[in-house]
Amino acid sequence: MRNIAAIFKKQIKDTFKNKTVLIQFIMFPILTLVMNNAVQIDGMPENFFVNLFASMYIGMAPLTSIAAIISEEKETNTLRVLMMSNVKPYEYLSGIGSYIFFACILGASIICISGNYTLHSSLVFMVIMAIGIFISLLLGAAIGTLSKTQMMATSLTVPVMMILSFLPMLSMFNTTIAKIARFTYSEQISLMIDHINSLQLEPGDICIIVANLLLFAALFIVAYKKCGYEST
Amino acid sequence: MEYAITAQNLSISFREKQILKDITLNIQPGEIFGLLGPSGAGKTTLIKLLTGQLRQDSGFARLLGTDTRKLCAREHRQIGIMMDTLGLYERLSAYDNLSFYADIYHVPRRKITDILKDIGLYEARNTAVSKLSKGMKNRLSLARALINDAKILFLDEPTSGLDPVTVKEIHAILAKQQKQGSALFLTTHNMFEAESLCDHIALLNEGHIIEYGKPSEICQKYNHLNRFQITLKNGEVVSLKNSRDSVSQINAYLEQEQIETIHSTEPTLETVFVELTGRGLN
Repeated sequence: MRNIAAIFKKQIKDTFKNKTVLIQFIMFPILTLVMNNAVQIDGMPENFFVNLFASMYIGMAPLTSIAAIISEEKETNTLRVLMMSNVKPYEYLSGIGSYIFFACILGASIICISGNYTLHSSLVFMVIMAIGIFISLLLGAAIGTLSKTQMMATSLTVPVMMILSFLPMLSMFNTTIAKIARFTYSEQISLMIDHINSLQLEPGDICIIVANLLLFAALFIVAYKKCGYEST
Repeated sequence: MEYAITAQNLSISFREKQILKDITLNIQPGEIFGLLGPSGAGKTTLIKLLTGQLRQDSGFARLLGTDTRKLCAREHRQIGIMMDTLGLYERLSAYDNLSFYADIYHVPRRKITDILKDIGLYEARNTAVSKLSKGMKNRLSLARALINDAKILFLDEPTSGLDPVTVKEIHAILAKQQKQGSALFLTTHNMFEAESLCDHIALLNEGHIIEYGKPSEICQKYNHLNRFQITLKNGEVVSLKNSRDSVSQINAYLEQEQIETIHSTEPTLETVFVELTGRGLN
Protein backbone atom coordinates (compact mmCIF):
# COMPACT_ATOMS: atom_id res chain seq x y z
CA MET A 1 0.00 0.00 0.00
CA ARG A 2 2.88 2.35 0.83
CA ASN A 3 4.45 1.78 -2.60
CA ILE A 4 1.11 2.48 -4.30
CA ALA A 5 0.80 5.73 -2.35
CA ALA A 6 4.39 6.69 -3.25
CA ILE A 7 3.72 6.11 -6.95
CA PHE A 8 0.44 8.02 -6.72
CA LYS A 9 2.22 10.97 -5.10
CA LYS A 10 5.09 10.89 -7.60
CA GLN A 11 2.60 10.89 -10.45
CA ILE A 12 0.81 13.97 -9.12
CA LYS A 13 4.12 15.86 -9.06
CA ASP A 14 5.03 14.62 -12.50
CA THR A 15 1.71 15.50 -14.13
CA PHE A 16 2.04 19.18 -13.29
CA LYS A 17 5.28 19.17 -15.28
CA ASN A 18 4.03 16.90 -18.06
CA LYS A 19 1.92 19.12 -20.29
CA THR A 20 0.86 16.37 -22.70
CA VAL A 21 -0.75 14.33 -19.93
CA LEU A 22 -2.09 17.39 -18.10
CA ILE A 23 -3.85 18.60 -21.25
CA GLN A 24 -5.52 15.21 -21.64
CA PHE A 25 -7.05 15.55 -18.18
CA ILE A 26 -8.32 19.11 -18.44
CA MET A 27 -9.02 19.72 -22.14
CA PHE A 28 -12.47 18.12 -22.42
CA PRO A 29 -13.80 19.25 -19.02
CA ILE A 30 -12.87 22.85 -19.86
CA LEU A 31 -14.21 22.52 -23.41
CA THR A 32 -17.49 21.19 -22.00
CA LEU A 33 -17.78 24.05 -19.52
CA VAL A 34 -17.12 26.65 -22.17
CA MET A 35 -19.11 25.17 -25.05
CA ASN A 36 -22.12 24.16 -22.98
CA ASN A 37 -22.45 27.67 -21.64
CA ALA A 38 -21.37 29.64 -24.70
CA VAL A 39 -23.04 27.85 -27.61
CA GLN A 40 -26.81 27.75 -27.83
CA ILE A 41 -28.33 26.75 -31.18
CA ASP A 42 -32.03 26.32 -31.84
CA GLY A 43 -32.96 22.64 -32.06
CA MET A 44 -29.73 21.50 -30.42
CA PRO A 45 -30.37 18.57 -28.04
CA GLU A 46 -30.13 19.34 -24.35
CA ASN A 47 -26.60 18.90 -22.97
CA PHE A 48 -25.33 18.18 -26.48
CA PHE A 49 -21.74 19.10 -25.62
CA VAL A 50 -21.82 17.26 -22.32
CA ASN A 51 -22.85 14.05 -24.06
CA LEU A 52 -20.39 14.56 -26.89
CA PHE A 53 -17.34 15.43 -24.81
CA ALA A 54 -18.05 12.91 -22.05
CA SER A 55 -17.68 9.97 -24.43
CA MET A 56 -14.68 11.63 -26.11
CA TYR A 57 -13.09 12.14 -22.70
CA ILE A 58 -13.52 8.46 -21.88
CA GLY A 59 -12.04 7.41 -25.22
CA MET A 60 -9.04 9.71 -24.95
CA ALA A 61 -7.83 10.81 -21.51
CA PRO A 62 -7.40 7.52 -19.60
CA LEU A 63 -6.29 5.60 -22.67
CA THR A 64 -3.59 7.97 -23.86
CA SER A 65 -2.30 8.99 -20.44
CA ILE A 66 -1.77 5.48 -19.06
CA ALA A 67 -0.23 4.26 -22.32
CA ALA A 68 2.08 7.31 -22.37
CA ILE A 69 3.12 6.94 -18.74
CA ILE A 70 3.86 3.20 -18.89
CA SER A 71 5.70 3.39 -22.21
CA GLU A 72 7.76 6.38 -21.04
CA GLU A 73 8.77 4.52 -17.88
CA LYS A 74 9.82 1.56 -20.01
CA GLU A 75 11.74 3.72 -22.46
CA THR A 76 13.61 5.67 -19.79
CA ASN A 77 14.25 2.56 -17.67
CA THR A 78 12.62 4.07 -14.60
CA LEU A 79 10.26 1.09 -14.58
CA ARG A 80 13.20 -1.32 -14.45
CA VAL A 81 14.67 0.58 -11.51
CA LEU A 82 11.29 0.49 -9.76
CA MET A 83 11.02 -3.26 -10.22
CA MET A 84 14.52 -3.58 -8.77
CA SER A 85 13.45 -1.48 -5.80
CA ASN A 86 10.99 -4.09 -4.71
CA VAL A 87 7.96 -2.45 -6.30
CA LYS A 88 5.68 -5.22 -7.54
CA PRO A 89 4.07 -4.88 -10.97
CA TYR A 90 0.59 -4.85 -9.41
CA GLU A 91 1.67 -2.04 -7.07
CA TYR A 92 2.99 -0.03 -9.98
CA LEU A 93 -0.18 -0.55 -12.03
CA SER A 94 -2.38 0.22 -9.04
CA GLY A 95 -0.44 3.41 -8.32
CA ILE A 96 -0.52 4.68 -11.90
CA GLY A 97 -4.03 3.38 -12.59
CA SER A 98 -5.59 4.78 -9.44
CA TYR A 99 -3.99 8.14 -10.06
CA ILE A 100 -5.30 8.39 -13.63
CA PHE A 101 -8.69 7.09 -12.52
CA PHE A 102 -8.84 9.75 -9.80
CA ALA A 103 -7.73 12.52 -12.19
CA CYS A 104 -10.27 11.45 -14.82
CA ILE A 105 -13.04 11.22 -12.24
CA LEU A 106 -12.23 14.81 -11.27
CA GLY A 107 -12.50 15.77 -14.95
CA ALA A 108 -15.73 13.81 -15.29
CA SER A 109 -17.21 15.62 -12.30
CA ILE A 110 -16.55 18.96 -14.02
CA ILE A 111 -18.32 17.65 -17.11
CA CYS A 112 -21.13 16.45 -14.86
CA ILE A 113 -21.48 19.87 -13.22
CA SER A 114 -21.74 21.43 -16.69
CA GLY A 115 -24.74 19.18 -17.36
CA ASN A 116 -26.83 20.61 -14.49
CA TYR A 117 -28.15 17.14 -13.74
CA THR A 118 -30.29 16.18 -10.79
CA LEU A 119 -28.49 14.50 -7.92
CA HIS A 120 -29.68 11.05 -9.04
CA SER A 121 -28.66 11.63 -12.65
CA SER A 122 -25.32 13.02 -11.50
CA LEU A 123 -24.61 9.84 -9.55
CA VAL A 124 -25.62 7.68 -12.52
CA PHE A 125 -23.48 9.85 -14.80
CA MET A 126 -20.44 9.41 -12.55
CA VAL A 127 -20.93 5.63 -12.31
CA ILE A 128 -21.19 5.39 -16.10
CA MET A 129 -18.08 7.53 -16.51
CA ALA A 130 -16.20 5.44 -13.92
CA ILE A 131 -16.98 2.25 -15.85
CA GLY A 132 -15.86 3.84 -19.12
CA ILE A 133 -12.65 5.21 -17.57
CA PHE A 134 -11.84 1.80 -16.11
CA ILE A 135 -12.28 0.01 -19.45
CA SER A 136 -10.14 2.64 -21.20
CA LEU A 137 -7.48 2.19 -18.53
CA LEU A 138 -7.32 -1.52 -19.26
CA LEU A 139 -6.91 -0.91 -22.98
CA GLY A 140 -4.35 1.87 -22.44
CA ALA A 141 -2.37 -0.28 -20.00
CA ALA A 142 -2.29 -3.08 -22.57
CA ILE A 143 -0.94 -0.69 -25.22
CA GLY A 144 1.60 0.83 -22.83
CA THR A 145 2.78 -2.61 -21.75
CA LEU A 146 3.19 -3.77 -25.34
CA SER A 147 5.13 -0.65 -26.34
CA LYS A 148 8.85 -0.34 -25.76
CA THR A 149 8.88 3.38 -26.50
CA GLN A 150 6.53 6.34 -26.26
CA MET A 151 6.66 6.67 -30.04
CA MET A 152 5.39 3.13 -30.44
CA ALA A 153 2.68 3.72 -27.83
CA THR A 154 1.53 6.88 -29.60
CA SER A 155 1.35 5.15 -32.97
CA LEU A 156 -0.86 2.46 -31.41
CA THR A 157 -2.91 4.77 -29.21
CA VAL A 158 -3.89 7.39 -31.79
CA PRO A 159 -5.92 5.15 -34.13
CA VAL A 160 -7.59 3.34 -31.21
CA MET A 161 -8.36 6.64 -29.51
CA MET A 162 -9.76 8.14 -32.74
CA ILE A 163 -12.08 5.17 -33.22
CA LEU A 164 -13.31 5.10 -29.65
CA SER A 165 -13.70 8.86 -29.31
CA PHE A 166 -15.20 9.76 -32.65
CA LEU A 167 -17.48 6.79 -33.27
CA PRO A 168 -20.17 8.11 -30.88
CA MET A 169 -20.15 11.46 -32.68
CA LEU A 170 -20.12 9.95 -36.18
CA SER A 171 -22.92 7.57 -35.30
CA MET A 172 -25.15 10.60 -34.64
CA PHE A 173 -24.99 11.36 -38.35
CA ASN A 174 -24.73 7.94 -39.96
CA THR A 175 -26.95 4.96 -39.13
CA THR A 176 -24.55 2.42 -40.68
CA ILE A 177 -21.73 3.64 -38.45
CA ALA A 178 -24.15 3.60 -35.52
CA LYS A 179 -24.88 -0.10 -36.14
CA ILE A 180 -21.16 -0.91 -35.92
CA ALA A 181 -20.37 1.59 -33.20
CA ARG A 182 -22.89 0.08 -30.80
CA PHE A 183 -20.44 -2.77 -30.18
CA THR A 184 -17.95 -0.40 -28.60
CA TYR A 185 -18.15 0.60 -24.95
CA SER A 186 -17.67 4.30 -25.76
CA GLU A 187 -20.80 4.28 -27.94
CA GLN A 188 -22.75 2.42 -25.27
CA ILE A 189 -21.68 4.95 -22.68
CA SER A 190 -22.56 7.81 -25.00
CA LEU A 191 -26.05 6.31 -25.48
CA MET A 192 -26.49 5.90 -21.73
CA ILE A 193 -25.50 9.51 -21.08
CA ASP A 194 -27.90 10.61 -23.83
CA HIS A 195 -30.76 9.04 -21.88
CA ILE A 196 -29.42 9.64 -18.40
CA ASN A 197 -32.67 11.13 -17.05
CA SER A 198 -34.70 8.11 -18.17
CA LEU A 199 -32.07 5.39 -18.31
CA GLN A 200 -33.35 1.90 -19.14
CA LEU A 201 -30.57 -0.65 -19.19
CA GLU A 202 -30.98 -3.33 -21.85
CA PRO A 203 -29.31 -6.71 -21.17
CA GLY A 204 -27.75 -6.63 -24.62
CA ASP A 205 -26.12 -3.26 -23.98
CA ILE A 206 -24.76 -4.41 -20.64
CA CYS A 207 -23.37 -7.52 -22.33
CA ILE A 208 -21.54 -5.33 -24.85
CA ILE A 209 -19.92 -3.29 -22.08
CA VAL A 210 -18.96 -6.43 -20.12
CA ALA A 211 -17.63 -8.04 -23.32
CA ASN A 212 -15.50 -4.93 -23.99
CA LEU A 213 -14.19 -5.04 -20.44
CA LEU A 214 -13.32 -8.73 -20.64
CA LEU A 215 -11.74 -8.33 -24.06
CA PHE A 216 -9.44 -5.53 -22.94
CA ALA A 217 -8.64 -7.29 -19.67
CA ALA A 218 -7.63 -10.34 -21.70
CA LEU A 219 -5.60 -8.12 -24.02
CA PHE A 220 -3.80 -6.64 -21.05
CA ILE A 221 -3.03 -10.09 -19.64
CA VAL A 222 -1.62 -11.19 -23.00
CA ALA A 223 0.45 -7.99 -23.27
CA TYR A 224 1.75 -8.43 -19.73
CA LYS A 225 2.64 -12.07 -20.26
CA LYS A 226 4.42 -11.18 -23.49
CA CYS A 227 6.33 -8.09 -22.34
CA GLY A 228 6.03 -7.95 -18.55
CA TYR A 229 7.70 -5.31 -16.40
CA GLU A 230 10.40 -7.25 -14.56
CA SER A 231 12.68 -7.75 -17.56
CA THR A 232 12.13 -4.39 -19.28
CA MET B 1 32.39 -16.01 6.68
CA GLU B 2 29.22 -15.44 4.69
CA TYR B 3 29.90 -13.83 1.36
CA ALA B 4 27.80 -10.86 0.29
CA ILE B 5 27.70 -12.26 -3.23
CA THR B 6 28.61 -15.71 -4.37
CA ALA B 7 28.23 -17.38 -7.75
CA GLN B 8 29.13 -20.89 -8.84
CA ASN B 9 29.31 -21.97 -12.48
CA LEU B 10 26.70 -19.45 -13.53
CA SER B 11 25.73 -19.82 -17.19
CA ILE B 12 23.08 -18.28 -19.39
CA SER B 13 22.39 -18.20 -23.10
CA PHE B 14 19.92 -16.35 -25.29
CA ARG B 15 18.69 -17.88 -28.53
CA GLU B 16 21.45 -20.50 -28.45
CA LYS B 17 24.13 -17.83 -27.99
CA GLN B 18 26.18 -18.38 -24.85
CA ILE B 19 26.24 -15.05 -22.98
CA LEU B 20 27.88 -16.17 -19.74
CA LYS B 21 29.68 -19.45 -19.13
CA ASP B 22 30.71 -20.94 -15.76
CA ILE B 23 31.02 -17.68 -13.85
CA THR B 24 32.36 -18.29 -10.36
CA LEU B 25 33.10 -15.51 -7.89
CA ASN B 26 32.87 -14.63 -4.22
CA ILE B 27 32.62 -11.11 -2.84
CA GLN B 28 32.94 -10.29 0.84
CA PRO B 29 31.24 -7.49 2.75
CA GLY B 30 33.40 -4.36 2.56
CA GLU B 31 35.02 -5.46 -0.68
CA ILE B 32 35.05 -3.59 -3.98
CA PHE B 33 34.91 -6.03 -6.84
CA GLY B 34 35.47 -4.85 -10.39
CA LEU B 35 34.28 -6.67 -13.47
CA LEU B 36 36.30 -5.56 -16.47
CA GLY B 37 35.45 -6.33 -20.00
CA PRO B 38 34.71 -4.73 -23.35
CA SER B 39 31.18 -3.82 -24.42
CA GLY B 40 29.13 -6.95 -25.06
CA ALA B 41 31.27 -9.14 -22.80
CA GLY B 42 28.26 -9.92 -20.56
CA LYS B 43 28.85 -7.50 -17.66
CA THR B 44 25.31 -6.11 -17.47
CA THR B 45 23.86 -9.60 -17.95
CA LEU B 46 25.83 -10.79 -14.93
CA ILE B 47 24.41 -7.93 -12.83
CA LYS B 48 20.92 -8.86 -13.99
CA LEU B 49 21.52 -12.48 -13.00
CA LEU B 50 22.90 -11.57 -9.60
CA THR B 51 20.02 -9.22 -8.87
CA GLY B 52 17.38 -11.70 -9.94
CA GLN B 53 16.29 -9.81 -13.06
CA LEU B 54 17.29 -12.80 -15.18
CA ARG B 55 17.41 -16.50 -14.39
CA GLN B 56 20.45 -18.57 -15.16
CA ASP B 57 20.36 -21.75 -17.23
CA SER B 58 22.70 -23.50 -14.82
CA GLY B 59 24.80 -22.90 -11.73
CA PHE B 60 23.68 -20.86 -8.74
CA ALA B 61 24.15 -17.46 -7.20
CA ARG B 62 23.42 -16.16 -3.73
CA LEU B 63 22.99 -12.64 -2.43
CA LEU B 64 23.37 -12.29 1.33
CA GLY B 65 22.87 -16.03 1.50
CA THR B 66 19.64 -16.09 -0.51
CA ASP B 67 19.29 -17.78 -3.89
CA THR B 68 19.03 -14.97 -6.47
CA ARG B 69 16.00 -16.72 -7.98
CA LYS B 70 14.18 -16.31 -4.69
CA LEU B 71 15.01 -12.74 -3.76
CA CYS B 72 12.20 -11.08 -1.86
CA ALA B 73 11.48 -7.75 -0.21
CA ARG B 74 14.03 -8.25 2.57
CA GLU B 75 16.92 -8.73 0.14
CA HIS B 76 15.74 -6.03 -2.26
CA ARG B 77 15.80 -3.52 0.57
CA GLN B 78 19.49 -4.31 1.07
CA ILE B 79 20.52 -3.84 -2.54
CA GLY B 80 21.32 -0.58 -4.31
CA ILE B 81 21.63 -0.50 -8.08
CA MET B 82 22.99 2.09 -10.44
CA MET B 83 22.52 0.89 -13.99
CA ASP B 84 24.20 2.25 -17.11
CA THR B 85 20.86 3.74 -18.11
CA LEU B 86 20.22 6.05 -15.20
CA GLY B 87 16.45 5.60 -14.85
CA LEU B 88 15.75 9.02 -13.37
CA TYR B 89 12.51 10.98 -13.63
CA GLU B 90 13.64 13.81 -15.88
CA ARG B 91 10.81 16.24 -15.12
CA LEU B 92 11.11 15.86 -11.36
CA SER B 93 13.73 17.66 -9.31
CA ALA B 94 16.75 15.91 -7.81
CA TYR B 95 15.07 16.11 -4.40
CA ASP B 96 11.77 14.70 -5.66
CA ASN B 97 13.54 11.79 -7.35
CA LEU B 98 15.18 10.85 -4.06
CA SER B 99 12.05 11.58 -2.06
CA PHE B 100 10.12 9.08 -4.20
CA TYR B 101 12.62 6.33 -3.46
CA ALA B 102 12.79 7.40 0.18
CA ASP B 103 9.05 6.70 0.35
CA ILE B 104 9.53 3.29 -1.25
CA TYR B 105 12.38 2.32 1.08
CA HIS B 106 10.73 3.91 4.14
CA VAL B 107 13.68 6.22 4.62
CA PRO B 108 13.30 9.44 6.68
CA ARG B 109 13.38 12.77 4.81
CA ARG B 110 16.50 14.05 6.54
CA LYS B 111 18.45 11.26 4.87
CA ILE B 112 17.71 12.85 1.47
CA THR B 113 19.30 16.12 2.54
CA ASP B 114 22.32 14.30 3.96
CA ILE B 115 22.88 12.35 0.76
CA LEU B 116 22.40 15.40 -1.46
CA LYS B 117 25.07 17.19 0.58
CA ASP B 118 27.37 14.15 0.44
CA ILE B 119 27.22 13.92 -3.33
CA GLY B 120 27.42 17.68 -3.86
CA LEU B 121 23.94 18.16 -5.29
CA TYR B 122 22.34 20.04 -2.41
CA GLU B 123 22.50 23.38 -4.23
CA ALA B 124 20.81 21.80 -7.26
CA ARG B 125 18.19 19.92 -5.23
CA ASN B 126 15.25 21.80 -6.74
CA THR B 127 16.53 21.62 -10.32
CA ALA B 128 14.72 19.33 -12.73
CA VAL B 129 16.84 16.32 -13.65
CA SER B 130 16.55 17.23 -17.34
CA LYS B 131 18.52 20.40 -16.60
CA LEU B 132 21.38 18.66 -14.76
CA SER B 133 24.69 17.85 -16.44
CA LYS B 134 25.62 14.24 -17.20
CA GLY B 135 27.97 14.15 -14.22
CA MET B 136 25.28 15.48 -11.89
CA LYS B 137 22.79 12.92 -13.21
CA ASN B 138 25.30 10.14 -12.56
CA ARG B 139 25.81 11.38 -9.02
CA LEU B 140 22.05 11.56 -8.50
CA SER B 141 21.66 8.02 -9.79
CA LEU B 142 24.36 6.97 -7.35
CA ALA B 143 22.57 8.84 -4.56
CA ARG B 144 19.42 6.89 -5.32
CA ALA B 145 21.38 3.64 -5.06
CA LEU B 146 22.76 4.79 -1.69
CA ILE B 147 19.51 5.99 -0.17
CA ASN B 148 18.61 2.70 1.50
CA ASP B 149 22.03 2.10 3.09
CA ALA B 150 22.43 -0.97 0.92
CA LYS B 151 24.65 -3.82 2.01
CA ILE B 152 25.39 -4.57 -1.63
CA LEU B 153 25.80 -1.96 -4.35
CA PHE B 154 25.72 -2.88 -8.02
CA LEU B 155 27.20 -0.13 -10.15
CA ASP B 156 27.14 -0.54 -13.91
CA GLU B 157 29.77 1.74 -15.47
CA PRO B 158 29.34 4.37 -12.74
CA THR B 159 31.89 6.79 -14.18
CA SER B 160 31.47 6.18 -17.88
CA GLY B 161 31.85 9.38 -19.90
CA LEU B 162 32.46 11.60 -16.88
CA ASP B 163 35.13 14.25 -16.38
CA PRO B 164 38.08 13.39 -14.08
CA VAL B 165 36.88 15.65 -11.25
CA THR B 166 33.47 13.96 -11.10
CA VAL B 167 35.12 10.54 -11.36
CA LYS B 168 37.28 11.40 -8.35
CA GLU B 169 34.24 12.53 -6.38
CA ILE B 170 32.38 9.33 -7.19
CA HIS B 171 35.39 7.22 -6.21
CA ALA B 172 35.50 9.00 -2.86
CA ILE B 173 31.82 8.22 -2.27
CA LEU B 174 32.39 4.56 -3.17
CA ALA B 175 35.38 4.33 -0.85
CA LYS B 176 33.22 5.73 1.96
CA GLN B 177 30.60 3.06 1.30
CA GLN B 178 33.28 0.40 1.40
CA LYS B 179 34.47 1.67 4.79
CA GLN B 180 30.92 1.35 6.05
CA GLY B 181 31.00 -2.34 5.15
CA SER B 182 29.03 -2.42 1.90
CA ALA B 183 30.08 -4.85 -0.81
CA LEU B 184 30.48 -3.06 -4.12
CA PHE B 185 30.15 -4.83 -7.45
CA LEU B 186 31.12 -2.51 -10.25
CA THR B 187 31.51 -3.03 -13.94
CA THR B 188 33.89 -0.91 -15.91
CA HIS B 189 36.09 -0.88 -18.94
CA ASN B 190 38.34 1.69 -17.33
CA MET B 191 41.51 -0.08 -16.16
CA PHE B 192 42.68 2.88 -14.05
CA GLU B 193 39.42 2.83 -12.14
CA ALA B 194 39.76 -0.88 -11.53
CA GLU B 195 43.39 -0.62 -10.43
CA SER B 196 42.84 2.28 -8.07
CA LEU B 197 39.52 1.26 -6.57
CA CYS B 198 39.04 -2.50 -6.59
CA ASP B 199 40.20 -5.11 -4.10
CA HIS B 200 39.62 -7.86 -6.63
CA ILE B 201 38.84 -7.83 -10.30
CA ALA B 202 37.73 -10.30 -12.91
CA LEU B 203 38.47 -9.92 -16.59
CA LEU B 204 35.43 -10.95 -18.60
CA ASN B 205 35.66 -11.80 -22.25
CA GLU B 206 32.88 -13.28 -24.38
CA GLY B 207 31.08 -14.53 -21.30
CA HIS B 208 34.11 -16.18 -19.66
CA ILE B 209 36.15 -14.99 -16.71
CA ILE B 210 39.65 -15.22 -18.10
CA GLU B 211 41.50 -13.86 -15.06
CA TYR B 212 40.58 -13.19 -11.43
CA GLY B 213 42.49 -11.72 -8.51
CA LYS B 214 43.96 -8.57 -7.01
CA PRO B 215 44.86 -6.00 -9.71
CA SER B 216 48.49 -5.76 -8.59
CA GLU B 217 48.88 -9.55 -8.48
CA ILE B 218 47.40 -9.96 -11.95
CA CYS B 219 49.77 -7.34 -13.35
CA GLN B 220 52.69 -9.00 -11.57
CA LYS B 221 51.71 -12.40 -12.90
CA TYR B 222 51.97 -11.20 -16.48
CA ASN B 223 55.15 -9.22 -15.97
CA HIS B 224 57.10 -11.31 -18.49
CA LEU B 225 59.43 -8.55 -19.69
CA ASN B 226 60.58 -7.29 -16.30
CA ARG B 227 62.73 -4.55 -17.83
CA PHE B 228 63.43 -0.84 -17.53
CA GLN B 229 62.83 1.38 -20.49
CA ILE B 230 65.09 4.43 -20.45
CA THR B 231 64.79 7.39 -22.78
CA LEU B 232 68.03 9.33 -22.98
CA LYS B 233 68.33 13.05 -23.51
CA ASN B 234 69.67 12.44 -27.03
CA GLY B 235 66.39 10.64 -27.88
CA GLU B 236 67.82 7.15 -27.78
CA VAL B 237 65.60 4.52 -26.07
CA VAL B 238 67.41 1.86 -24.08
CA SER B 239 65.82 -1.29 -22.65
CA LEU B 240 67.59 -2.89 -19.69
CA LYS B 241 66.75 -6.02 -17.75
CA ASN B 242 65.46 -5.47 -14.20
CA SER B 243 68.42 -7.24 -12.57
CA ARG B 244 71.78 -6.73 -10.85
CA ASP B 245 73.48 -6.83 -14.30
CA SER B 246 71.92 -3.48 -15.24
CA VAL B 247 73.05 -1.54 -12.16
CA SER B 248 76.36 -0.31 -13.60
CA GLN B 249 74.76 0.80 -16.86
CA ILE B 250 71.99 2.72 -15.08
CA ASN B 251 74.51 4.27 -12.71
CA ALA B 252 76.55 5.44 -15.66
CA TYR B 253 73.51 7.10 -17.25
CA LEU B 254 72.70 8.77 -13.92
CA GLU B 255 76.25 10.04 -13.38
CA GLN B 256 76.37 11.46 -16.91
CA GLU B 257 72.90 13.01 -16.38
CA GLN B 258 71.76 11.42 -19.62
CA ILE B 259 68.36 10.15 -18.48
CA GLU B 260 65.25 11.95 -19.72
CA THR B 261 62.72 9.34 -18.49
CA ILE B 262 62.88 5.91 -16.90
CA HIS B 263 60.01 3.42 -16.66
CA SER B 264 59.55 -0.12 -15.48
CA THR B 265 57.62 -2.29 -17.93
CA GLU B 266 55.14 -4.07 -15.67
CA PRO B 267 51.89 -4.63 -17.57
CA THR B 268 48.65 -2.79 -16.97
CA LEU B 269 45.28 -4.54 -16.82
CA GLU B 270 44.77 -3.32 -20.37
CA THR B 271 47.91 -5.03 -21.63
CA VAL B 272 47.07 -8.18 -19.68
CA PHE B 273 43.65 -8.21 -21.31
CA VAL B 274 45.20 -7.70 -24.74
CA GLU B 275 47.67 -10.51 -24.07
CA LEU B 276 44.87 -12.87 -23.05
CA THR B 277 42.31 -12.01 -25.70
CA GLY B 278 44.12 -10.26 -28.50
CA ARG B 279 41.86 -7.21 -28.19
CA GLY B 280 41.50 -4.13 -25.99
CA LEU B 281 39.03 -3.28 -23.25
CA ASN B 282 37.50 -0.29 -25.08
